[in-house]
Amino acid sequence: MTHDHTTPHRHPNQPDHPEPSSSYELLGVALNELLIEKGIYSADELRTQIEEIESVNVDSHGAQIVAKAWLDEDFLTALRADAADAIRSLGIDPGYTEIMALENTPEVHNVVVCTLCSCYPRWLLGRPPAWYKSKAYRARVVREPRAVLAEFGNDIATDVQVRVHDSNAELRYVVIPLRPKGTEGWTQAQLARLVTRDSMIGVTQAKAATAS
Amino acid sequence: MTSGETPRIGPHDFAGLDAGPVDTSQHDLAQWERVVDAIIYLLGKKGVMKDVAEFRRHIEDLGPDVYERLSYYERWAASAAATCVEAGVVTREELDARAAEIAKRSEAS
Repeated sequence: MTHDHTTPHRHPNQPDHPEPSSSYELLGVALNELLIEKGIYSADELRTQIEEIESVNVDSHGAQIVAKAWLDEDFLTALRADAADAIRSLGIDPGYTEIMALENTPEVHNVVVCTLCSCYPRWLLGRPPAWYKSKAYRARVVREPRAVLAEFGNDIATDVQVRVHDSNAELRYVVIPLRPKGTEGWTQAQLARLVTRDSMIGVTQAKAATAS
Repeated sequence: MTSGETPRIGPHDFAGLDAGPVDTSQHDLAQWERVVDAIIYLLGKKGVMKDVAEFRRHIEDLGPDVYERLSYYERWAASAAATCVEAGVVTREELDARAAEIAKRSEAS
């Protein structure tokens, strides 16, 4: 799907993201104009900032970390010891907060939420999806994680423990999903294509090898 | 944990509340949302906003009714504006006047 943001064009909004009640949208636009006029930042700095935010994407950032962890035992050990340092060693900025890698195993499935707001490893995964910030996800995943995961098509076997991690301003998480079966001998680039944003939040599994 | 067992710490504390199914569809941001998103980063870089705690405090101070009524980036716009007013960078009057002007501009176009 292509998006042309120069023409009026709006997608249907989710319930937690209603049509802007115009006064707050206007407030945001007004604030931006005034800050530029007062020289707090320039229009060019705003454009660069948006580009910088949007240059972080799952394929070039988070997925590379997971694929490397699947391939390289030394990297996995480093990731366990100090995730931020290990991520930096790949040339990826881990962000300004603590970061912790949560490894899924055949016995344990990890899933991440921020019940109080929207704390998220934006430096690894980009902007959080709308559902991550929604009331429904934040309210329910801590109480009935299996039911919420099932809504993502992810049925967790009853003998697998589900651990829910509540992010905060100082500590963010990235889930290392289970390596899909049948990927022996694959390269990091091939493996990275199986790693999705949702699998690193923990709501889904990595893609199956056949899906690549 | 179920709702009622642990007191909520504020309007933003959704943990354990009752809620409907999760809408897992994607949502593309409108341009004004991308701008508001970037403003928060720039306010931090330029030292207008001291830290993220200040930004969150202004969101949590919206109160339960406003918090639940506003969309995500509407809350951010409200918080960014409150931060700038508190820092003395803009006044409420300037914001109101400019917002009215923009509304008039978009009506005319």
